[in-house]
Amino acid sequence: MNWITNYVRPKLQALVSSKNEVPDNLWEKCPACEHMVFHRELEEQLRVCPNCGHHMRIGPTTRMKLLFDEGKYTRISLPETIQDPLKFRDRERYTERLKKARSKTGEQDAIQVAHGTIGGQKAVTAIFDFSFMGGSMGVAVGEGLLAAAKLAVEKDAALITIPSSGGARMQEGILSLMQLPRSVIAVEMVKEKNLPYIVLLTDPTTGGVSASFAMLGDIQIAEPGAVIGFAGARVIEETIRETLPPGFQRAEYLLEHGMLDMVVPRNELQETLGRTLKLLREPLLGEALPASGKGKKAASKAAASDEAKGSSTAESEKPAAKDEKSGKKPAKPEAERVTEQ
Amino acid sequence: MKHYLDFEKSVAELENKIEELRHLTSDSDINIAEEVTHLQNKAERELNSIYSKLSPWQKCQVARHPERPHVREYISALVEDFTPLAGDRLYGEDQAVVGGLGRFQGRSCVLVGQEKGHDTSSRVAHNFGMARPEGYRKAQRLMNMAERFRLPFITLVDTPGAYPGVGAEERGQAEAIARCMEISLGLSVPVVCVVIGEGGSGGAIALATGDRILMLEHSIYSVISPEGCASILWRSSDQSRDAAEALRLTAQDLDKLGVIDRLIREPIGGAHRARTETIRAVGQAISDCLKDLSDKDPDSLRKERREKFLAMGQKGLS
Ligand SMILES: [Zn+2]
Repeated sequence: MNWITNYVRPKLQALVSSKNEVPDNLWEKCPACEHMVFHRELEEQLRVCPNCGHHMRIGPTTRMKLLFDEGKYTRISLPETIQDPLKFRDRERYTERLKKARSKTGEQDAIQVAHGTIGGQKAVTAIFDFSFMGGSMGVAVGEGLLAAAKLAVEKDAALITIPSSGGARMQEGILSLMQLPRSVIAVEMVKEKNLPYIVLLTDPTTGGVSASFAMLGDIQIAEPGAVIGFAGARVIEETIRETLPPGFQRAEYLLEHGMLDMVVPRNELQETLGRTLKLLREPLLGEALPASGKGKKAASKAAASDEAKGSSTAESEKPAAKDEKSGKKPAKPEAERVTEQ
Repeated sequence: MKHYLDFEKSVAELENKIEELRHLTSDSDINIAEEVTHLQNKAERELNSIYSKLSPWQKCQVARHPERPHVREYISALVEDFTPLAGDRLYGEDQAVVGGLGRFQGRSCVLVGQEKGHDTSSRVAHNFGMARPEGYRKAQRLMNMAERFRLPFITLVDTPGAYPGVGAEERGQAEAIARCMEISLGLSVPVVCVVIGEGGSGGAIALATGDRILMLEHSIYSVISPEGCASILWRSSDQSRDAAEALRLTAQDLDKLGVIDRLIREPIGGAHRARTETIRAVGQAISDCLKDLSDKDPDSLRKERREKFLAMGQKGLS
């Protein structure tokens, strides 16, 4: 496998997409409140409008730098897939559309897979690139999700998918529809190993993408204001002639209707993900570990956590072994851990 | 009054003439009887020639033909002791999805399918086969029942798509469809799915992740309706015909793409002209599949089902 780290990547990116660079002295208009924001300030604010809090779309690279500890991650190359399986042509050939999207983004398709740590927890991310044909899901994206799942299993890491997609890629016809069950299989691969599967829904997550891996997270997080839904708002309005309630299909609306666990602003995502992963993967912190008889504190804690002990002693060896493997924190004797707290 | 599709005009003329002749006289008139037979043969040849080279757009119309047999008819012809089961136990009963327990060739099964309805009131009651989340959650409940009692799970797919409505979105249409696939892919009993009419996108695949995916010869199965595709990619729904071609949504193309396991032949002139025969053919195909799957253990069923979907997308059309 061809591993490309983000140390090499920026150089490549600079070569490929220098035309997309915006000079630092430019002003940008917020699409939500029309406030003019100094470009550099907007970048510093992670492309969240300082005036109204509108979360503008960000690409996978920015996203990865934002989420992984110290902005460090390793991207993996994705398997090559069949090109234009249907020989699809609308007003333009699909192969032409692909070519344009590739030269625009410098990427092969609409998904990027990377691994690293988030809050010290091992994580694999599969991030959609909306600028690549609207982040639409075809065979290549499906393969990307499967590769991410396999990587998570291989690395004993959590899987975090981050959709930003209009849905299935029509130009791949039925094969794009088949990415729905295929992406569900990817999720199952991770779940059956008892690894956490988290979905971070970003703007937009609609159509076939919403009706598959993106709704099956152990934990469902969304960015503020993200449009999330199965049917397009226009389709609902036009075909069914129902008036749409205010805020319809926005993240906050879904939260209210029980479809999400939380809506988290961009600058709190890393902390939230890290904390959540730690809660799921390190059920017993030093303090809560069964006491070996040393110290009053340890004894009282042990008594308080009898129940926890009973249900998870079998697992208590695991985190230590994992720490050792990753070389992060050497495993310590239990007593030492307790006193450390 | 029979419903003719616009490309069936020549057949309509012949069949109308036959009707007229029949009304004209008694059976004893040999000349007229001969003429009727002659016209009938001609109509059949005409049908044969039309239906042997249906365009994708024409197939869309056949697949949506109002007289095409629907789920209820299949169930009443193929299933004994059918016991419909209702409700998702969460919110409501969605009649766009019908399902229940029944005996297929002597064997208890769980059956589920989208029902479009056959007249105005039943179409409204079944919401034209467009399910809301409750329909998919009822299907999930029945999948779990099949698993618990180790009964084969059979689906009949016939839907324009999942219902696009405010309430459906609020109650988690996307989640309901995704969960259907998750549960269905994890079943350890045989799952056989047949696309009998329209396989409309996510609304269809929610009930089509089985060990065997079968399709009637003139049914369609697509990621988006030709109309929807045309209005997005061509920016005009007038281009639906072109979109139908481009999407490769016919059973024949899906067979070539390795998405379906078997194509079930329809009688000459399509399922709507020979409903009983069509239903019997579908029954036979399901029965063959169940026989095929009967000696597989739960683990290999799950594993092979997964592998089947993982293998898709490796071959394209030339
Ligand atoms: Zn703003």
